[in-house]
Amino acid sequence: MPESTTEILAYRILELLPFLTALPEALHLPLAIALTGLVPITIISLIGLVGVYMERKISAFIQVRLGPMEVGPYGILQTLADGIKLIGKEDIIPRGADRPLFILAPIFAFVGVVLLFVAIPFDRNFIVVDLNVGIFYLAAVASIEVVGVIMAGWASNNKWSLLGAMREAAQVVAYEIPLGICLITVVLLAGSFSMVEIVEGQKGLFLNWFLFRNPVMWVPFIAFMVASLAELKRAPFDLPEAESELVSGFHTEYTGMRFSIFFIAEYGAMFISGALISVLFLGGYYTGIPFLDDIGGAIGLLLRTGTLFGKAFFFIFVQMWLRWTLPRVRLDQMFYICYKVLVPFGFVALLITAFWELVFPGQGFMSLGWAPGSQ
Amino acid sequence: MTEAIARESSVHSAPDIRTEELLLNMGPQHPSTHGVLRVIVRTDGEMVLDCEPVVGYLHRCFEKCAESGTYVQAVCYTDRLDYLMAMGNNLGYALAVEKLAGGEIPEMAEFIRVLVTELNRIGSHLIALGTFGLDTGAITPFFYSFRDREMVLDILEEICGQRLNYNYIRPGGVAYDLPEGILKKVEKFLDHMEKSLVEINDLLTYNGIFIHRTANVGILDVETAIRYGVTGPNLRSTGLKRDLRKLRPYGIYDRFEFNICTGTGEYGTLGDCWNRHIVRMQEITESIKILRQVLGSFPTEGEHIAKAMARKVRPAVGAAYTAVENSKGELGFYVASDGSDKAWRIKCRAPSFHNISVLPALCKNTMLADMVIVLGSLDIVLGEIDR
Repeated sequence: MPESTTEILAYRILELLPFLTALPEALHLPLAIALTGLVPITIISLIGLVGVYMERKISAFIQVRLGPMEVGPYGILQTLADGIKLIGKEDIIPRGADRPLFILAPIFAFVGVVLLFVAIPFDRNFIVVDLNVGIFYLAAVASIEVVGVIMAGWASNNKWSLLGAMREAAQVVAYEIPLGICLITVVLLAGSFSMVEIVEGQKGLFLNWFLFRNPVMWVPFIAFMVASLAELKRAPFDLPEAESELVSGFHTEYTGMRFSIFFIAEYGAMFISGALISVLFLGGYYTGIPFLDDIGGAIGLLLRTGTLFGKAFFFIFVQMWLRWTLPRVRLDQMFYICYKVLVPFGFVALLITAFWELVFPGQGFMSLGWAPGSQ
Repeated sequence: MTEAIARESSVHSAPDIRTEELLLNMGPQHPSTHGVLRVIVRTDGEMVLDCEPVVGYLHRCFEKCAESGTYVQAVCYTDRLDYLMAMGNNLGYALAVEKLAGGEIPEMAEFIRVLVTELNRIGSHLIALGTFGLDTGAITPFFYSFRDREMVLDILEEICGQRLNYNYIRPGGVAYDLPEGILKKVEKFLDHMEKSLVEINDLLTYNGIFIHRTANVGILDVETAIRYGVTGPNLRSTGLKRDLRKLRPYGIYDRFEFNICTGTGEYGTLGDCWNRHIVRMQEITESIKILRQVLGSFPTEGEHIAKAMARKVRPAVGAAYTAVENSKGELGFYVASDGSDKAWRIKCRAPSFHNISVLPALCKNTMLADMVIVLGSLDIVLGEIDR
């Protein structure tokens, strides 16, 4: 009896929470879907919590100061306190602002991030949905956030926000091209669009990671890192929120919880980009040490999920490090980097990777002959 | 004012595309206008067609207020002109009054004046470079330069009790004696500052992105600068060697050896934002040089300075103008006296007023982001623009 994935999902949730069977039949499916949605939202919020604390501490240490120290030991509870404060703030919508768009904009940004979360593999069987077009799905869904930002800039009835939104639209859309090129390069190596397949293709010794598969893979690696910085609108590509020029760019007029939704979306997206970099180039949830990767059961699950989180948070740390060190690039320089540096180099790397796969299918240049790839 | 700038429209539209200019107001409250400055900008999207600085938001009637007190009381008003280099303001005013009133300044007071003025100059340039970094998006150098400035402020606080508005250099000398052991602290600071300057230069000045942002941006040539009356590091970055400490030495500056820093042209062209920045960095090095010479030749004994200070200054009828080299440029004071102990008229020639007037000329057909950079590189202080 063919059952759709959503029906399977609904029955699973009803098994887990039997008291829900008391509700009318028609509600079971919608409720199941809603409850599943809560999981990524919760995880993203928690990541936001940790991310904000990390940002404040890392920026503080780089700037020769301490950061939050008062609330909780070493300021751990600071973000929680800030969240409570933000929830209690007055909800201000500027006069003349486009109300429906103003309210919808942070939702679009947040939804974009949650949808991205759906395709991140935490373990072989621990992924929300293992789409067989995972990469394609990610590239497509990443653009939803752009709509949210443009809506925010327009609906704020503020010329400065509008400028920030316009810059952002140009920047994010432009950098999706090198992002896509790097994704295709990885797909060539893995032979599949599926996220789990990509990670499985890197199983074994860490020399099997896609980063070491051929001499030019560092180009897509670095290009992907730079492009994802630009996608996240983090320095040095933070024109849309250039604090010293536009006050706060497209989210100047947002206060309280609306602003914190943008904020959490940003940190969630940082985590996702960190996770993506590790999935695509650095072995994903595999540690690269074979005997550790073979541990099964719950401990193995925890280990592998922890590995992915660790790698993702390492890249979050690198992104924060870059933010607090580098100045901001100008709009035209940003386009120069995208179109005249990343795209040409990315294409050349793509071609070389394609030829490499033709000549040495599935093998890394460090393991030619003695440690075959998974293909 | 706004109507005038809005009426001229030079946007060329294709017949079927209707484009509009955007009239932006970088209002008095803005993270990067370095004070309460309002700039009305006419842009075509991201390109600035014209801009107009509107000043006056910090006008506090300094010149009128200074007439209401005695010459010595007016010193505390001069602090608040260029509040980042208050010692320089005090010095300029004190020199003008001393020119009118005559009299000898004790040797020790002269040395102290150079000491505190150069320390203050370092502090002011540190702020300039920190905030300029902020304008480009580099947030960390701001903290580093302010950490170093804290050391300067601590020294100056120990000398005169104040961190920002010192009220220290008065007509006739300086207000207080130097406390014990202060010279050792200055020496320690100089050693630290030299190392810190290397660190900040590594982080900001020679950073590729920073160079891309500031080189060849807002190029000021010598003729334009002279026409607008631009002085200080802005003028020197164009290549012209004009420093009042060498041109018309005041105090005991003629006893010390130091270079006039001009733009190096290492990156970008002479007169652009990067060269203005590097001139300020070099001036910090030159100030350190002067301070080391001051420490080396500091008089070991002198009469107690505070006792030698005049309480009331009653100059003869007349007028005098002196100019000193402030961190922003040529700071001039014109003091007119009617024979009483209150000034008849004090006029201040503020360098930032002339520096800011060149902003529209520098910003024609640049991008909006560049306009912010140019404004930051001019290093203006609204306190002395508005007085």
